[in-house]
Amino acid sequence: MEYLLREYLPIVVFLGLAIGLGAALMLAAVVLAVRNPDPEKVSAYECGFNAFDDARMKFDVRFYLVAILFIIFDLEIAFLFPWAVAFRDVGPVGFWSMIVFLAVLTIGFAYEWKKGALEWD
Amino acid sequence: MIATDIAAILPEVILAVLAMGALLGAVYTGGDRTTPLLIWSAALVMVALGVWIGFGMSGTRTAFGGAFINDGFARFAKVAVLWSAAVVLLMSLDYLSRCDLLRFEFPLLVALAVVGMMMMVSAGDLMALYMGLELQSLALYVAASLRRDSVKSTEAGLKYFVLGALGSGLLLYGCSLAYGFAGTTQFSGIIATAQDGHVGIGLLFGLVFIITGLAFKVSAVPFHMWTPDVYEGAPTPVTAFFATAPKMAAMALFARVMHDAFGAAVADWSGIIALLSVGSMFLGAVAAIGQRDIKRLMAYSSIAHMGFALMGLAAGTGFGVQAMLIYMAIYLAMSLGVFAFILSLERDGRPVTDIGNLHQYSRQQPLRALCMLVLLFSLAGVPPMVGFFGKFYVLRAAVEADMIWLAVAGVIASVIGAFYYLRIVYFMYFGEEREPLDPPASTVQWAVLVASAAVMVFGVVNLLGIEGPAAMAAEALVR
Repeated sequence: MEYLLREYLPIVVFLGLAIGLGAALMLAAVVLAVRNPDPEKVSAYECGFNAFDDARMKFDVRFYLVAILFIIFDLEIAFLFPWAVAFRDVGPVGFWSMIVFLAVLTIGFAYEWKKGALEWD
Repeated sequence: MIATDIAAILPEVILAVLAMGALLGAVYTGGDRTTPLLIWSAALVMVALGVWIGFGMSGTRTAFGGAFINDGFARFAKVAVLWSAAVVLLMSLDYLSRCDLLRFEFPLLVALAVVGMMMMVSAGDLMALYMGLELQSLALYVAASLRRDSVKSTEAGLKYFVLGALGSGLLLYGCSLAYGFAGTTQFSGIIATAQDGHVGIGLLFGLVFIITGLAFKVSAVPFHMWTPDVYEGAPTPVTAFFATAPKMAAMALFARVMHDAFGAAVADWSGIIALLSVGSMFLGAVAAIGQRDIKRLMAYSSIAHMGFALMGLAAGTGFGVQAMLIYMAIYLAMSLGVFAFILSLERDGRPVTDIGNLHQYSRQQPLRALCMLVLLFSLAGVPPMVGFFGKFYVLRAAVEADMIWLAVAGVIASVIGAFYYLRIVYFMYFGEEREPLDPPASTVQWAVLVASAAVMVFGVVNLLGIEGPAAMAAEALVR
């Protein structure tokens, strides 16, 4: 227990230094810096033009939907690879477990297809 | 071998298969028109499964190499979860149809969340624990943003998701530490590593992180901050669900992990849980005083009640677990009644949640106001009602475990908390004259409200026989 704690001592020192330095720099900016903002100073800089519009943009939520569907099927592949490599060793229980998993995934896929999640318009 | 494993998890398999079949059936046939049918059949299946689990099973069976435990404790929690979920489904039908929220996904999400909860309370392994918890949580995140064109509902869903993911992350970190230092993910293996009533420092870190993750799920202070916003933003039937079944499941899981995996080192965790308990009781009692929205008020009320339930767990004894189970069962019965009342509050056809609308409610609906009076007294823990006996049990558990300070703190918090319950009673009976609310229409909500109030009054006879099953359940967990 003693040994375990001592091993972490450099991290504690590092953490203390990081927090201390960070706090000191931020406080220095608050205490020392000259501050007199005017509208030109705080406005967004866009190559000398006036800003055209807000920097934040709205994305169509369907991009996220497609991304999430991609991740789900990508993870499925990641799950299938080790199963395929160990196929000889997992036996019938391992085989049917994966079939059940794929069946559940297929139910979800059929649902999202019918719901129209795969159509763009 | 595998056949006996499947036989042990048959109720979960049946519910999951039915939910997935219903998902395909509904999306390929009538869509949202099938919702009333789905709600009724899901509720019937849950009630039937509850009867089967509660009365048709006995003994302790483990499956999948100890990852799944079907014992008396799990069965008690499962019956409570299944029945309260069924009641929530039935009483939300009317509300959903009037708010144009009859999506067929709602009963299916509830059913899948219930499968997750049944998995949670039966977990005998850190991986089974995490799987059940995530199945429950993911279904609930979606349910919170059921009204997806409302900013508040989507905000509630997102907040719940982000903070729930943080809680899951902390829990996973704790699980990985526990696995690293104990060398096994099985609860029966982890408990064997404790020596002289203490676990090693590495395992202690894992334990603290696991407790943190679970405290997020039961919304105990200081991990409660998501609760009021999520309760307020989510549609009221979803809020009613959040306040009942998941709380029971998470609390049962809490007890399961503490006693099954760390039961040999009670002194290591009982202090942490006592601290969570005191914090929850006081914050729930004090912060609810300023609330005007009855859903936010119920959120703080549930935080306070979780504090009391944790007090039973903090005692670290078999009687403590029994007290916690009794407390949670009473809490479920009270919450269902209160939410049946909240679901029926409408003005000009729109649901209202401000407690200012309750002024002079007793003149408009004397019977409903009387039922609500009984429920609020019970929530506050006023003696003749059953809620008092729930508090009495956990206080006794704390005193018997030599935690007098905890019991005293509980009594003080309970007195502070009584103020905001009684204020609602004051509004209903002695408030100012206001424009009346719409006459409520749903008979199911009325029946749940009256039944819940009746339980609070007539349950004093012998707590409706809940004591025996709770004692058996606690005995199955703490040996």
